[in-house]
Amino acid sequence: MLFVQNVPFFCIMLCMISGIASAMMPHRLSKWWTVGLCALVAALNAWLLSYLLVSGESYTYMMGHFPAPWGNELRAGILEALLAVCFSVIMLMSVLGGMKKMEQDADPAKFNLIFVMLDLVLACMMAMLYTNDLFTAYVFIEILTIAACSLIITRQIGRTLVAAMRYVIMSLLGSGLLLMAISITYNITGHLLMENIQTSLSALHQTGQYGLPLTVIIGLFFVALGIKSALFPFHTWLPDSYGYATPTGAAVLSSIVSKAYVFLLIKILYRVIGLQIVVENQALNLLFLFGIVGMIMGSLSAIKAPELRRMIAFSSVAQIGYIYAGMGLGTNAGFVAAIYHMIMHSFAKSSLFISASGLYDASGNSKRFSDLRGAGFRYPAAGVSFCVSAMSLVGIPVFGGFVSKLYLSEAAMQRGGVHMWTMLIVLALSTLLNVFYFMKTIITLYRPAREGFIPPPFEKSKLSTCSMWVFAILNLLVGLLAQPIVTAIARGLNMFA
Amino acid sequence: MNQMSKKISSLQERAKRWMMEDDNELDQSIAKSFDELSDHEQQDQHPEIFAKRESEIEAQLHDMREQEEQHYLRMHAWTVNRGSKWLDLIYRTLSILVCAFIVVFLLQTVIALPPFGAADAPYNNEVSQRYIESGVEETGAVNFVAGMILDYRAFDTFGESTVLFVAACSVLLLLKLHDHSPDNPSPTMIEAEFDDRHHEPKNDSILQFAARVLVPIILLLGIYIVLNGHISPGGGFSGGAVMGAGLILYLNAFGFKKTERFFTYKTFRWITFVSLMTYGLLKSYSFFMGANHLPSGIPLGTPGAILSAGLILPLNICVGLVVMCTMYAFYTLFRKGGF
Repeated sequence: MLFVQNVPFFCIMLCMISGIASAMMPHRLSKWWTVGLCALVAALNAWLLSYLLVSGESYTYMMGHFPAPWGNELRAGILEALLAVCFSVIMLMSVLGGMKKMEQDADPAKFNLIFVMLDLVLACMMAMLYTNDLFTAYVFIEILTIAACSLIITRQIGRTLVAAMRYVIMSLLGSGLLLMAISITYNITGHLLMENIQTSLSALHQTGQYGLPLTVIIGLFFVALGIKSALFPFHTWLPDSYGYATPTGAAVLSSIVSKAYVFLLIKILYRVIGLQIVVENQALNLLFLFGIVGMIMGSLSAIKAPELRRMIAFSSVAQIGYIYAGMGLGTNAGFVAAIYHMIMHSFAKSSLFISASGLYDASGNSKRFSDLRGAGFRYPAAGVSFCVSAMSLVGIPVFGGFVSKLYLSEAAMQRGGVHMWTMLIVLALSTLLNVFYFMKTIITLYRPAREGFIPPPFEKSKLSTCSMWVFAILNLLVGLLAQPIVTAIARGLNMFA
Repeated sequence: MNQMSKKISSLQERAKRWMMEDDNELDQSIAKSFDELSDHEQQDQHPEIFAKRESEIEAQLHDMREQEEQHYLRMHAWTVNRGSKWLDLIYRTLSILVCAFIVVFLLQTVIALPPFGAADAPYNNEVSQRYIESGVEETGAVNFVAGMILDYRAFDTFGESTVLFVAACSVLLLLKLHDHSPDNPSPTMIEAEFDDRHHEPKNDSILQFAARVLVPIILLLGIYIVLNGHISPGGGFSGGAVMGAGLILYLNAFGFKKTERFFTYKTFRWITFVSLMTYGLLKSYSFFMGANHLPSGIPLGTPGAILSAGLILPLNICVGLVVMCTMYAFYTLFRKGGF
C-alpha cells in the first residue's frame, strides 16, 4: 500500500487528537493550532486527490487488523477527496475570517473550548466523507450534533440559547430517526458495511421480501437527513441558529455541516440502498417536491427577512432546495449538478456570512438595512466579497451559480416530462426571487449613506480582510474551474456505484 | 424652458425621495404642510393661522393613529379569540393524525421484521459468527463483546468516548462559571454557592453513614467491572458509570469541601485529557499497523488472565475514567456551575 493512501486515516485521527488536546491548550496556541490543522488537512487531502485523479480508482482502508465486515473500514474516491479539500479550505478561511469576532464574543476563559468544537467538527466532516460503514457515520453524527450546537452557543446571548435549544431538539429528532433507519436496515440485512447492505438489499428487492421495511428505511433516511440539512419543511431551526451565531459558527454550520449530511444522503442512496431501488420506489419524487417548494419558500422568506444575516440564512433554505431538487431528478446528471451546486454554495455562503459581519462592523452593528448604505465603500474587501458571492448565488455568468443552474436545467431536460417543466419554471422563478433580494442588498451597499447617519469608527482586522479577499477569489475560481470540477465529480460518482 | 426646469426639479425631488426612503408618506405630508406654512408666515405673520393649521394637522394625525389602532385591535382580537383557537385546533388535529400515522406505520414495520432471536434471521450471518467463534483467539478477550467494541470496532468506540468528551465540553461552555481567585469570587459564584447551600442540605447523618459504608464498595465494584472488562461482562462504559455514581453519592453526603481535596476542575481536565489521548494514540498505532498489514507486536496473552487481550485492558481503563469524569462533571456543573 502506498503511503498516500493513509491520508483519510491521518486526517480523522489528527483532527480528533487535536480536538482533545485543544482542551488543555492556552488560548493563543489552540487558535493557531486549529488554523494549522485546517491547512494541513487541506494539503493532505489535495495530495490524496491528485493521487486519485491519476490512479482513477477508489480504494478501501482497513481501520485495524480485521477486514471489512468485522472491523471498521474507510473508503476514498475522487468525490470524497474533492469535497474534503473544499471543506477544509472553507473551514480554514472561516476560522481566519471570524477569529476577531470570536475573540470578542466568547468568554476568554472558555476560548479554547471553541477550538475543541471546531477541530471535532472537522474530524466529523472527514469521518462522514470517508466512512464506508453506516454505524461509524452515525457515531460521528452524534459528535457533530453536539459540537455544532456548541458553536451556536459560543456567543451567549438569549437568542442563541433559544436557537441552540431548537437546533438540539430538531437535530436529535433527526439522529433518532437515523438510528431507527440504521437498526431496521441491520435487522433485515445483517450488515453495517455499505457494500454488503447493498448486495443483500438488492437481493431482497428482487424476491420482494421485507417490502414494507425497505420503504420505511428510505423514508426514514430522507426525513432524518432532511431535518439535519434543513430541507424545506424541516428548516425551522435554521434562521435563528445561523442568524445569531458568531460569523465563524454560522459559516461553518451553513456551508460545511449541512453539506456533510447531504453528502451522506447521496452516499446512502448510491452505496447503501442503490439508486435503482430508490428510483423505482417513487420516494425520490418526494425529495424533488420538497426541494422545489423549498426553492420558492426559502427565497420568499429571504425577501421578507428584516435583517441581512437572517436573509442570508433563509437563502440557505432555497439553496438546499436546489440541491435536493437536483437529487430528486434521480439521474446521474442530476446528482452531478446537485453536488456541484453543493460545492458552489459552500464557498458562497461562508463568504457571505464572513463578509456580512464585516459590513455590520462598518455600520456600527446596526440591524437596519438602511444603515448598511455605503458599507461597501467603508469596507471594500467585505463589499467585494459579498458582491462576488451574491452574484455567484444568483447565477450571473462566469460565476459558479450560473454553471450549476445550467447543469440543473440540463439534467431536467434529459429527464423530461413533468420533472422538466416544474424544474425549469421553478428555477427561473427562484432565480428571479434571488435577484430581488441579493441585488437589493448590493445596491444598498453601494449607495451613499443615509443623511444624518454617521458610521462609527471601526477597526478592520487584517486577518478578516485577507480572508474576505481570498473568499472572493475562491468564489471566482469555483466558477472559472467549473469544467474540471464537474468532470471530477462525474468520475467520482462513477466510482461510487 | 420653465416647464423643463420644473420637470427636472421634480425628478430631482423624486430621486431624493428614493434615496431617503425611510420617511413614510404621512411624515412627508406633514413636513410639506409645515413648509407651506413657513412660506405663509413669511408673507403674513398671522399667529392664528399657524395655530389653526397646527391643530388641524394634529387632529388629522390623531384620527389616523386612532384608526390604525382600532384596526390593529380588531385584528388582534380576532387572532386572540378566534384565530388562535382555529390554529390550535388545526395544529392539534394534524399533530395527532401525523403521530397516529407514524405509530401505525412503524408498528407495522416492526411486525414485518424478522422475529427476535429467530435462527434464520438475516443478522445471524458470517459477521456475528466470526465474532463468536474466533473472537477469543483473535482478540484474546473472553468477553467477546469487549473484544468486539474495543478491538474489531475500536474506531466506533473511540468516537463514542469522544461523544462524552464533547458533551462535557459543551456543558462546560454553557454552565461553567468564571474562575476567579477563591479570595475574590464573582457575584454569580457567590449566588451559586448560596443557592447550593440553601437547596442541598448537608451533614445528614443517615446519608453520611450510608455513604461511608457504600461509597468504598461502589468504587471497588466499579474498578472491578472496568479491570475485568475483558474477562467478564462489563467494561469501561458500565464500570465508569458505577464509579461516577459512587463519586456523586460521596459528594452528596459530604459536600464540595471534602471532594475538592481529591477531585477538582484540574483533575477532571487532566484525567479526561490523558485517558482520551492514550486511547487515541494507542489505537492510532494499531490502526496504522493493521491497515498497512504490519504486525502490531502487542501480545494477546492467555485468554482469561487479568493481563491479557492486548490493548483491551488499557482501553477499558481509559473509557472507564472518561465516563466517570463526565458523569461527575455533569452533576457538579448542573448543580453549581463549578467543581
